[in-house]
Amino acid sequence: MRISIDAQRCEGHGRCYSLAPALVEPDDIGNGSVLGDGTVPPDQEGNARQAEANCPERAVILEESQ
Amino acid sequence: MSEHPPVEDWATDFDHTDEVWAADPFPIWDELRGTCPIAHSDRYGGTWLPTRHEDVAAIAYDTENFTSRSVVVTNYRPPNLAPRGIAPPISSDPPFHAGARRILLPLMSPQTIAKLEPSTREYCESLVDDLRGRDVIDAAQEYAQHIPVRVIARMLGFPEEDADLFRGFVHHVLEQVTLPLEQRFMGMQDLFEYLRAQVQDHIEHPRDDLTTAMLNAEMNGEPVGMEHVGGTVALLLLAGIDTTWSAIGASIWHLAGHAADRERLVAEPELLPTAIEEFLRAYAPVTMARLVKHDMDWKGCPMKADDWILLSFPSANRDPEFFENADEVIIDRRDNRHAAFGLGIHRCAGSHLARMELRVALEVFLDAFPVFEIADPAAVRWSGGQVRGPRTLPLRIG
Repeated sequence: MRISIDAQRCEGHGRCYSLAPALVEPDDIGNGSVLGDGTVPPDQEGNARQAEANCPERAVILEESQ
Repeated sequence: MSEHPPVEDWATDFDHTDEVWAADPFPIWDELRGTCPIAHSDRYGGTWLPTRHEDVAAIAYDTENFTSRSVVVTNYRPPNLAPRGIAPPISSDPPFHAGARRILLPLMSPQTIAKLEPSTREYCESLVDDLRGRDVIDAAQEYAQHIPVRVIARMLGFPEEDADLFRGFVHHVLEQVTLPLEQRFMGMQDLFEYLRAQVQDHIEHPRDDLTTAMLNAEMNGEPVGMEHVGGTVALLLLAGIDTTWSAIGASIWHLAGHAADRERLVAEPELLPTAIEEFLRAYAPVTMARLVKHDMDWKGCPMKADDWILLSFPSANRDPEFFENADEVIIDRRDNRHAAFGLGIHRCAGSHLARMELRVALEVFLDAFPVFEIADPAAVRWSGGQVRGPRTLPLRIG
Protein backbone atom coordinates (compact mmCIF):
# COMPACT_ATOMS: atom_id res chain seq x y z
CA MET A 1 0.00 0.00 0.00
CA ARG A 2 1.10 3.57 -0.71
CA ILE A 3 -0.18 6.77 0.87
CA SER A 4 -0.12 10.20 -0.69
CA ILE A 5 -1.71 13.59 -0.04
CA ASP A 6 -3.50 15.51 -2.77
CA ALA A 7 -2.00 18.96 -2.20
CA GLN A 8 -4.83 20.58 -4.17
CA ARG A 9 -7.39 19.24 -1.73
CA CYS A 10 -5.45 19.33 1.57
CA GLU A 11 -6.52 22.22 3.81
CA GLY A 12 -4.55 21.31 6.92
CA HIS A 13 -7.21 19.67 9.09
CA GLY A 14 -4.43 17.41 10.36
CA ARG A 15 -6.41 14.21 10.75
CA CYS A 16 -3.82 12.23 8.74
CA TYR A 17 -0.79 13.01 10.88
CA SER A 18 -2.83 12.62 14.08
CA LEU A 19 -4.03 9.16 13.06
CA ALA A 20 -0.97 7.96 11.12
CA PRO A 21 2.00 9.81 12.62
CA ALA A 22 4.44 7.19 11.32
CA LEU A 23 3.33 7.94 7.74
CA VAL A 24 2.50 11.64 7.57
CA GLU A 25 3.83 14.74 9.33
CA PRO A 26 2.65 18.35 9.37
CA ASP A 27 4.50 20.85 7.21
CA ASP A 28 5.05 24.42 8.42
CA ILE A 29 1.43 25.45 7.71
CA GLY A 30 -0.10 22.28 9.12
CA ASN A 31 -0.77 20.53 5.81
CA GLY A 32 -0.04 16.82 5.57
CA SER A 33 3.39 15.82 4.24
CA VAL A 34 4.11 12.16 3.52
CA LEU A 35 7.23 10.73 5.17
CA GLY A 36 9.66 8.97 2.83
CA ASP A 37 8.24 7.57 -0.39
CA GLY A 38 4.80 6.83 1.04
CA THR A 39 5.21 3.06 1.24
CA VAL A 40 2.94 1.81 4.01
CA PRO A 41 4.41 -1.05 6.07
CA PRO A 42 1.87 -3.82 6.75
CA ASP A 43 1.59 -2.89 10.44
CA GLN A 44 0.64 0.68 9.46
CA GLU A 45 -2.15 -0.20 7.02
CA GLY A 46 -4.83 0.23 9.66
CA ASN A 47 -3.61 3.72 10.52
CA ALA A 48 -3.40 4.61 6.83
CA ARG A 49 -7.04 3.55 6.34
CA GLN A 50 -8.05 5.63 9.36
CA ALA A 51 -6.24 8.66 7.97
CA GLU A 52 -8.11 8.23 4.68
CA ALA A 53 -11.48 7.69 6.33
CA ASN A 54 -11.23 10.80 8.50
CA CYS A 55 -10.01 13.42 6.06
CA PRO A 56 -12.84 15.94 5.61
CA GLU A 57 -11.44 17.02 2.24
CA ARG A 58 -10.79 13.48 0.89
CA ALA A 59 -7.17 14.50 0.34
CA VAL A 60 -5.59 11.28 1.61
CA ILE A 61 -5.08 8.80 -1.22
CA LEU A 62 -4.31 5.13 -0.72
CA GLU A 63 -3.13 2.86 -3.48
CA GLU A 64 -3.45 -0.80 -2.71
CA SER A 65 -0.62 -3.07 -3.86
CA GLN A 66 -1.65 -5.78 -6.29
CA MET B 1 -31.42 36.20 23.52
CA SER B 2 -32.21 38.80 20.90
CA GLU B 3 -35.73 40.14 20.42
CA HIS B 4 -37.57 38.97 17.35
CA PRO B 5 -40.99 37.66 16.41
CA PRO B 6 -41.51 33.97 17.11
CA VAL B 7 -40.82 31.58 14.23
CA GLU B 8 -44.01 30.32 12.57
CA ASP B 9 -42.52 27.86 10.12
CA TRP B 10 -38.93 26.65 10.10
CA ALA B 11 -38.93 26.01 6.34
CA THR B 12 -39.97 29.53 5.37
CA ASP B 13 -39.29 31.75 8.38
CA PHE B 14 -36.33 30.26 10.27
CA ASP B 15 -34.26 32.35 12.67
CA HIS B 16 -31.01 30.99 14.07
CA THR B 17 -31.25 33.28 17.10
CA ASP B 18 -34.59 31.79 18.17
CA GLU B 19 -34.66 30.17 21.61
CA VAL B 20 -36.18 26.96 20.25
CA TRP B 21 -33.24 26.62 17.84
CA ALA B 22 -30.70 27.40 20.57
CA ALA B 23 -32.16 24.82 22.96
CA ASP B 24 -32.39 21.95 20.43
CA PRO B 25 -31.77 22.65 16.74
CA PHE B 26 -31.39 19.01 15.67
CA PRO B 27 -35.08 18.15 15.07
CA ILE B 28 -35.40 21.35 13.01
CA TRP B 29 -32.51 20.40 10.74
CA ASP B 30 -33.60 16.76 10.50
CA GLU B 31 -37.06 17.84 9.39
CA LEU B 32 -35.71 20.32 6.83
CA ARG B 33 -33.22 17.84 5.40
CA GLY B 34 -36.10 15.53 4.56
CA THR B 35 -38.67 18.05 3.37
CA CYS B 36 -36.99 21.32 2.36
CA PRO B 37 -33.21 20.83 2.32
CA ILE B 38 -32.40 24.42 1.36
CA ALA B 39 -34.76 26.52 3.44
CA HIS B 40 -35.34 30.25 2.97
CA SER B 41 -36.29 32.98 5.41
CA ASP B 42 -36.98 36.67 4.75
CA ARG B 43 -35.27 37.51 8.02
CA TYR B 44 -31.98 39.43 7.98
CA GLY B 45 -32.82 40.71 4.51
CA GLY B 46 -33.04 37.22 2.99
CA THR B 47 -31.26 34.10 4.23
CA TRP B 48 -30.83 30.58 2.85
CA LEU B 49 -30.15 27.53 5.00
CA PRO B 50 -28.68 24.46 3.31
CA THR B 51 -29.00 21.49 5.66
CA ARG B 52 -27.45 18.59 3.70
CA HIS B 53 -23.74 17.86 3.77
CA GLU B 54 -23.61 17.83 -0.02
CA ASP B 55 -24.98 21.38 -0.33
CA VAL B 56 -23.00 22.81 2.59
CA ALA B 57 -19.80 21.40 1.07
CA ALA B 58 -20.64 22.68 -2.42
CA ILE B 59 -21.10 26.23 -1.12
CA ALA B 60 -17.98 26.08 1.05
CA TYR B 61 -15.97 25.11 -2.05
CA ASP B 62 -17.63 27.64 -4.38
CA THR B 63 -15.85 30.97 -3.98
CA GLU B 64 -17.04 32.13 -7.43
CA ASN B 65 -20.68 32.39 -6.46
CA PHE B 66 -20.39 32.99 -2.71
CA THR B 67 -18.24 35.55 -0.90
CA SER B 68 -16.85 35.54 2.64
CA ARG B 69 -17.06 39.37 2.78
CA SER B 70 -19.07 38.86 5.96
CA VAL B 71 -19.42 35.66 7.93
CA VAL B 72 -21.81 36.87 10.64
CA VAL B 73 -25.48 37.19 9.66
CA THR B 74 -26.96 40.53 10.75
CA ASN B 75 -29.66 42.89 9.47
CA TYR B 76 -27.01 44.91 7.63
CA ARG B 77 -24.60 44.15 4.81
CA PRO B 78 -21.00 45.03 5.60
CA PRO B 79 -19.07 47.67 3.67
CA ASN B 80 -17.08 46.17 0.82
CA LEU B 81 -13.48 46.16 2.06
CA ALA B 82 -12.30 43.80 -0.68
CA PRO B 83 -9.91 42.17 -1.12
CA ARG B 84 -8.95 42.04 2.56
CA GLY B 85 -12.27 42.34 4.33
CA ILE B 86 -12.58 43.40 7.94
CA ALA B 87 -10.80 40.41 9.53
CA PRO B 88 -8.41 38.67 7.11
CA PRO B 89 -8.23 35.89 6.11
CA ILE B 90 -11.73 34.79 7.19
CA SER B 91 -13.30 37.79 5.44
CA SER B 92 -11.09 37.55 2.33
CA ASP B 93 -11.84 35.88 -1.00
CA PRO B 94 -9.33 34.47 -3.49
CA PRO B 95 -6.80 35.41 -4.62
CA PHE B 96 -5.95 37.74 -1.69
CA HIS B 97 -7.05 35.08 0.79
CA ALA B 98 -4.18 32.67 0.08
CA GLY B 99 -1.47 35.19 0.97
CA ALA B 100 -3.23 36.36 4.13
CA ARG B 101 -3.72 32.76 5.23
CA ARG B 102 -0.12 31.81 4.41
CA ILE B 103 1.25 34.28 6.97
CA LEU B 104 -1.21 33.20 9.66
CA LEU B 105 -1.00 29.40 9.40
CA PRO B 106 2.60 28.92 10.67
CA LEU B 107 1.56 30.88 13.78
CA MET B 108 -1.29 28.37 14.36
CA SER B 109 0.43 25.15 13.23
CA PRO B 110 0.41 21.98 15.36
CA GLN B 111 4.10 22.52 16.16
CA THR B 112 3.44 26.08 17.41
CA ILE B 113 0.35 25.03 19.35
CA ALA B 114 2.14 22.13 21.09
CA LYS B 115 4.27 24.69 22.94
CA LEU B 116 1.12 26.09 24.57
CA GLU B 117 -0.01 22.76 26.00
CA PRO B 118 1.90 22.83 29.33
CA SER B 119 0.64 26.30 30.29
CA THR B 120 -2.90 25.38 29.21
CA ARG B 121 -2.81 22.25 31.37
CA GLU B 122 -1.47 24.20 34.33
CA TYR B 123 -4.27 26.73 33.96
CA CYS B 124 -6.99 24.04 33.69
CA GLU B 125 -5.58 22.41 36.82
CA SER B 126 -5.73 25.69 38.71
CA LEU B 127 -9.39 26.06 37.68
CA VAL B 128 -10.39 22.57 38.90
CA ASP B 129 -8.42 23.12 42.11
CA ASP B 130 -10.67 26.10 42.86
CA LEU B 131 -13.78 23.95 42.28
CA ARG B 132 -12.82 20.92 44.36
CA GLY B 133 -14.93 20.28 47.42
CA ARG B 134 -18.04 21.97 45.98
CA ASP B 135 -21.33 20.10 45.50
CA VAL B 136 -22.52 21.97 42.44
CA ILE B 137 -20.52 23.97 39.93
CA ASP B 138 -21.34 25.74 36.70
CA ALA B 139 -19.02 23.98 34.26
CA ALA B 140 -19.75 26.50 31.50
CA GLN B 141 -19.17 29.65 33.51
CA GLU B 142 -16.66 28.48 36.10
CA TYR B 143 -14.56 26.22 33.90
CA ALA B 144 -15.03 26.07 30.12
CA GLN B 145 -15.29 29.78 29.40
CA HIS B 146 -12.06 30.74 31.14
CA ILE B 147 -9.77 28.41 29.20
CA PRO B 148 -9.84 29.88 25.67
CA VAL B 149 -9.82 33.45 26.97
CA ARG B 150 -6.63 32.86 28.89
CA VAL B 151 -4.96 30.94 26.06
CA ILE B 152 -5.79 33.48 23.35
CA ALA B 153 -4.76 36.43 25.56
CA ARG B 154 -1.41 34.77 26.03
CA MET B 155 -0.97 33.99 22.34
CA LEU B 156 -1.78 37.56 21.33
CA GLY B 157 0.20 39.09 24.19
CA PHE B 158 -2.81 40.94 25.60
CA PRO B 159 -3.39 41.59 29.34
CA GLU B 160 -5.00 38.52 30.89
CA GLU B 161 -6.98 40.78 33.23
CA ASP B 162 -8.92 42.07 30.19
CA ALA B 163 -10.76 38.72 29.94
CA ASP B 164 -14.18 40.24 30.74
CA LEU B 165 -13.63 42.84 28.05
CA PHE B 166 -12.86 40.12 25.48
CA ARG B 167 -16.00 38.21 26.38
CA GLY B 168 -17.97 41.45 26.00
CA PHE B 169 -16.60 42.00 22.48
CA VAL B 170 -17.41 38.42 21.51
CA HIS B 171 -20.94 38.66 22.88
CA HIS B 172 -21.51 41.90 21.00
CA VAL B 173 -20.16 40.80 17.63
CA LEU B 174 -21.43 37.21 17.54
CA GLU B 175 -24.60 37.22 19.62
CA GLN B 176 -26.11 40.72 19.59
CA VAL B 177 -26.74 40.43 15.88
CA THR B 178 -30.22 41.97 15.88
CA LEU B 179 -29.15 45.33 17.38
CA PRO B 180 -29.72 48.49 15.31
CA LEU B 181 -26.89 49.52 13.00
CA GLU B 182 -25.65 52.40 15.20
CA GLN B 183 -25.23 50.10 18.18
CA ARG B 184 -23.54 47.43 16.07
CA PHE B 185 -21.19 50.10 14.76
CA MET B 186 -20.38 51.50 18.19
CA GLY B 187 -19.57 48.06 19.55
CA MET B 188 -17.20 47.42 16.66
CA GLN B 189 -15.60 50.84 17.25
CA ASP B 190 -14.90 49.88 20.87
CA LEU B 191 -13.32 46.62 19.78
CA PHE B 192 -11.09 48.18 17.14
CA GLU B 193 -10.06 51.04 19.45
CA TYR B 194 -8.99 48.50 22.05
CA LEU B 195 -7.08 46.55 19.40
CA ARG B 196 -5.40 49.69 18.04
CA ALA B 197 -4.03 50.45 21.52
CA GLN B 198 -2.79 46.87 21.94
CA VAL B 199 -1.17 46.80 18.50
CA GLN B 200 0.44 50.20 19.16
CA ASP B 201 1.87 48.84 22.40
CA HIS B 202 3.35 45.92 20.44
CA ILE B 203 4.91 48.34 17.92
CA GLU B 204 6.58 50.18 20.79
CA HIS B 205 7.43 47.04 22.75
CA PRO B 206 7.88 44.08 20.37
CA ARG B 207 7.76 40.68 22.07
CA ASP B 208 7.51 36.99 21.34
CA ASP B 209 3.81 36.69 20.55
CA LEU B 210 1.40 36.47 17.67
CA THR B 211 0.66 40.20 17.49
CA THR B 212 4.35 41.00 17.05
CA ALA B 213 4.68 38.19 14.50
CA MET B 214 1.81 39.71 12.48
CA LEU B 215 3.48 43.13 12.64
CA ASN B 216 6.63 41.57 11.19
CA ALA B 217 4.73 39.62 8.54
CA GLU B 218 5.07 40.47 4.88
CA MET B 219 2.93 39.83 1.83
CA ASN B 220 4.60 40.29 -1.55
CA GLY B 221 7.65 41.75 0.17
CA GLU B 222 5.71 44.48 1.99
CA PRO B 223 4.57 44.66 5.64
CA VAL B 224 0.86 43.84 5.76
CA GLY B 225 -0.04 47.12 7.47
CA MET B 226 -1.91 48.11 10.59
CA GLU B 227 -5.40 47.47 9.24
CA HIS B 228 -4.51 43.94 8.27
CA VAL B 229 -2.78 43.24 11.60
CA GLY B 230 -5.73 44.69 13.53
CA GLY B 231 -8.19 42.66 11.47
CA THR B 232 -6.38 39.36 11.94
CA VAL B 233 -5.92 39.99 15.65
CA ALA B 234 -9.66 40.80 15.88
CA LEU B 235 -10.41 37.53 14.14
CA LEU B 236 -8.31 35.52 16.58
CA LEU B 237 -9.84 37.25 19.58
CA LEU B 238 -13.43 36.85 18.34
CA ALA B 239 -13.19 33.40 16.78
CA GLY B 240 -11.04 31.78 19.43
CA ILE B 241 -13.15 32.31 22.51
CA ASP B 242 -16.78 31.24 22.56
CA THR B 243 -16.23 28.62 19.87
CA THR B 244 -13.84 26.61 22.04
CA TRP B 245 -15.82 27.48 25.17
CA SER B 246 -18.82 25.92 23.39
CA ALA B 247 -16.97 22.79 22.35
CA ILE B 248 -15.62 22.16 25.85
CA GLY B 249 -19.02 22.85 27.41
CA ALA B 250 -20.98 20.68 24.97
CA SER B 251 -18.60 17.76 25.53
CA ILE B 252 -18.95 18.03 29.31
CA TRP B 253 -22.74 18.38 28.90
CA HIS B 254 -22.83 15.14 26.90
CA LEU B 255 -20.75 13.25 29.46
CA ALA B 256 -22.90 14.58 32.30
CA GLY B 257 -25.97 13.07 30.66
CA HIS B 258 -24.41 9.82 29.42
CA ALA B 259 -22.88 7.99 32.36
CA ALA B 260 -21.71 5.02 30.28
CA ASP B 261 -19.68 7.28 27.96
CA ARG B 262 -18.21 9.15 30.92
CA GLU B 263 -17.26 5.94 32.71
CA ARG B 264 -15.69 4.54 29.56
CA LEU B 265 -13.52 7.63 29.03
CA VAL B 266 -12.42 7.58 32.66
CA ALA B 267 -11.44 3.91 32.25
CA GLU B 268 -9.97 4.32 28.74
CA PRO B 269 -8.42 7.79 28.53
CA GLU B 270 -6.65 6.78 25.29
CA LEU B 271 -10.09 6.85 23.62
CA LEU B 272 -10.48 10.57 24.33
CA PRO B 273 -9.07 11.88 21.00
CA THR B 274 -11.57 9.69 19.10
CA ALA B 275 -14.41 10.76 21.39
CA ILE B 276 -13.48 14.41 20.93
CA GLU B 277 -13.88 14.09 17.16
CA GLU B 278 -17.36 12.67 17.75
CA PHE B 279 -18.28 15.52 20.12
CA LEU B 280 -17.04 17.95 17.46
CA ARG B 281 -19.19 16.22 14.85
CA ALA B 282 -22.35 15.87 16.90
CA TYR B 283 -22.19 19.23 18.70
CA ALA B 284 -20.23 21.30 16.17
CA PRO B 285 -20.42 24.77 17.66
CA VAL B 286 -19.85 26.93 14.59
CA THR B 287 -22.17 27.88 11.76
CA MET B 288 -20.48 30.10 9.18
CA ALA B 289 -22.06 32.48 6.69
CA ARG B 290 -21.54 33.61 3.12
CA LEU B 291 -23.12 36.29 0.94
CA VAL B 292 -24.47 35.41 -2.50
CA LYS B 293 -22.34 37.28 -5.06
CA HIS B 294 -24.92 37.76 -7.81
CA ASP B 295 -28.48 36.83 -8.73
CA MET B 296 -28.57 33.19 -9.78
CA ASP B 297 -30.50 29.97 -9.71
CA TRP B 298 -28.63 27.63 -7.37
CA LYS B 299 -30.00 24.09 -7.28
CA GLY B 300 -33.45 25.46 -8.01
CA CYS B 301 -33.23 28.26 -5.45
CA PRO B 302 -33.71 31.80 -6.77
CA MET B 303 -30.79 33.41 -4.93
CA LYS B 304 -30.30 37.18 -5.05
CA ALA B 305 -27.07 39.15 -4.68
CA ASP B 306 -26.38 39.87 -0.99
CA ASP B 307 -28.69 37.14 0.30
CA TRP B 308 -27.12 35.42 3.28
CA ILE B 309 -26.19 31.76 3.32
CA LEU B 310 -26.20 30.28 6.79
CA LEU B 311 -23.52 27.65 6.25
CA SER B 312 -24.49 25.02 8.77
CA PHE B 313 -21.56 22.69 9.30
CA PRO B 314 -23.43 21.46 12.41
CA SER B 315 -26.35 20.32 10.24
CA ALA B 316 -24.03 18.80 7.62
CA ASN B 317 -22.48 16.79 10.45
CA ARG B 318 -25.90 15.29 11.26
CA ASP B 319 -26.79 14.32 7.68
CA PRO B 320 -27.74 10.62 7.55
CA GLU B 321 -26.84 10.53 3.84
CA PHE B 322 -23.25 11.24 4.85
CA PHE B 323 -22.86 9.60 8.28
CA GLU B 324 -24.09 6.24 9.52
CA ASN B 325 -26.29 6.65 12.59
CA ALA B 326 -25.85 10.40 12.22
CA ASP B 327 -28.14 11.22 15.14
CA GLU B 328 -26.30 8.96 17.57
CA VAL B 329 -23.26 10.05 19.54
CA ILE B 330 -20.84 7.13 19.25
CA ILE B 331 -17.66 7.96 21.17
CA ASP B 332 -15.59 5.28 19.42
CA ARG B 333 -16.79 6.19 15.91
CA ARG B 334 -13.83 5.27 13.72
CA ASP B 335 -14.72 6.80 10.37
CA ASN B 336 -15.54 10.42 11.04
CA ARG B 337 -15.10 12.79 8.11
CA HIS B 338 -16.84 15.59 10.00
CA ALA B 339 -16.79 19.24 8.98
CA ALA B 340 -16.84 20.95 12.38
CA PHE B 341 -13.91 23.14 11.36
CA GLY B 342 -15.35 23.87 7.94
CA LEU B 343 -14.38 22.69 4.47
CA GLY B 344 -12.20 24.19 1.79
CA ILE B 345 -9.94 27.23 1.87
CA HIS B 346 -11.47 28.70 5.03
CA ARG B 347 -10.82 25.66 7.24
CA CYS B 348 -10.68 27.04 10.78
CA ALA B 349 -7.14 28.36 11.22
CA GLY B 350 -7.43 27.72 14.95
CA SER B 351 -8.45 24.07 14.68
CA HIS B 352 -5.17 22.73 16.09
CA LEU B 353 -5.43 25.16 18.99
CA ALA B 354 -9.07 24.26 19.61
CA ARG B 355 -8.34 20.52 19.59
CA MET B 356 -5.46 20.96 22.04
CA GLU B 357 -7.59 23.07 24.40
CA LEU B 358 -10.50 20.66 24.18
CA ARG B 359 -8.35 17.59 24.88
CA VAL B 360 -6.48 19.17 27.78
CA ALA B 361 -9.67 20.67 29.27
CA LEU B 362 -11.43 17.29 29.20
CA GLU B 363 -8.41 15.32 30.46
CA VAL B 364 -8.02 17.62 33.45
CA PHE B 365 -11.75 17.76 34.16
CA LEU B 366 -12.29 13.98 34.00
CA ASP B 367 -9.22 13.39 36.12
CA ALA B 368 -10.42 15.80 38.80
CA PHE B 369 -14.13 14.89 38.61
CA PRO B 370 -14.62 11.34 37.32
CA VAL B 371 -18.25 11.35 38.49
CA PHE B 372 -20.68 14.16 37.65
CA GLU B 373 -24.23 14.70 36.48
CA ILE B 374 -26.42 17.61 35.47
CA ALA B 375 -27.70 19.16 38.70
CA ASP B 376 -30.71 20.92 37.21
CA PRO B 377 -31.60 20.11 33.58
CA ALA B 378 -34.08 23.01 33.44
CA ALA B 379 -31.32 25.48 34.26
CA VAL B 380 -29.08 24.52 31.32
CA ARG B 381 -28.92 27.36 28.77
CA TRP B 382 -27.46 27.22 25.26
CA SER B 383 -26.31 30.23 23.27
CA GLY B 384 -28.17 31.00 20.07
CA GLY B 385 -26.84 32.42 16.85
CA GLN B 386 -23.88 31.09 14.91
CA VAL B 387 -21.92 29.73 17.88
CA ARG B 388 -23.85 27.20 19.93
CA GLY B 389 -22.77 25.85 23.27
CA PRO B 390 -23.89 25.70 26.90
CA ARG B 391 -23.67 29.04 28.67
CA THR B 392 -25.12 27.76 31.97
CA LEU B 393 -24.28 24.18 32.92
CA PRO B 394 -24.90 23.31 36.58
CA LEU B 395 -23.20 20.02 37.46
CA ARG B 396 -23.27 18.00 40.65
CA ILE B 397 -19.68 16.91 41.27
CA GLY B 398 -19.85 16.10 44.98
